[in-house]
Amino acid sequence: MLGAYLPILLLVIVAIAFGLVSLTFSSLIGPKKKSALKLSPYESGCEPVGTARDRFSIKFYLIAMLFILFDIEAVFLYPWAILYKKLGVFGLVEMGLFIVILFVGYIYVWKKGALEWE
Amino acid sequence: METLFFAIITLVAVVSAILVITCKNPINSALSLILTFFCLATYYVMLDAPFMAAVQVMVYAGAIMVLIVFVIMLLNVRVDAHKKQTHKVALGCIIGLFTLINTAFLIFKSRAAMPMGPYNGSIIKQIGHTELIGKEMFTTFLLPFEITSILLLVAIIGAVILAKKKI
Repeated sequence: MLGAYLPILLLVIVAIAFGLVSLTFSSLIGPKKKSALKLSPYESGCEPVGTARDRFSIKFYLIAMLFILFDIEAVFLYPWAILYKKLGVFGLVEMGLFIVILFVGYIYVWKKGALEWE
Repeated sequence: METLFFAIITLVAVVSAILVITCKNPINSALSLILTFFCLATYYVMLDAPFMAAVQVMVYAGAIMVLIVFVIMLLNVRVDAHKKQTHKVALGCIIGLFTLINTAFLIFKSRAAMPMGPYNGSIIKQIGHTELIGKEMFTTFLLPFEITSILLLVAIIGAVILAKKKI
């Protein structure tokens, strides 16, 4: 039974090994000539402005929160999709009700302009 | 083989859980928490519950962790300097001790032959874990399922009201 998950285990092992091998070998083989410019954090080629440990706007948090809520809605769709044929019209109606209630929330978010980046 | 695998995963889970509370940098704690979540997902896989494993990774390691990282970024928690907080530590120790005693008591009191629900391992293997969850959710627990959507709606409105500057 668990044999079916062997490819996932192998993928995890390869991913971890790739990260470790890349870091280890680049630190072992690579030349280390440190200068102030090289040690400064890379910021898309621009000069770094201030510290990275800065307070971030709550706008990001709002988007993340809305993402989670609609993510949970998507999670409920998976078992429903598997049982779709067995449940028939009844299942369609109850999932329709579920989605309509959440769609009200979506319209609310849209109308309140919570998705706008002000 | 499976016991050995379980032991390795448990070791990783416990070590990463300890790292969550001992790391000085909150971002490192968050990364350790992701590792703990992945270990829990592995437990679900070993319990023949692939749907729970997928949800664990998708919702907890994905979405909830994004929220935690954003909280860290919002609050701008500095790398914590050594502070005196002996009272808090003492209180935490007492609560932890009580939780440990409670858990140990429950584990030793419980029997393997407790009354079981209608679904045992072979039925779950035969019909399928996700199908059974769906069947129960869309028939027996239909009302709680629909109420969940109201709960999510309340959470959506709450998020907008809390985080939006002008509503």
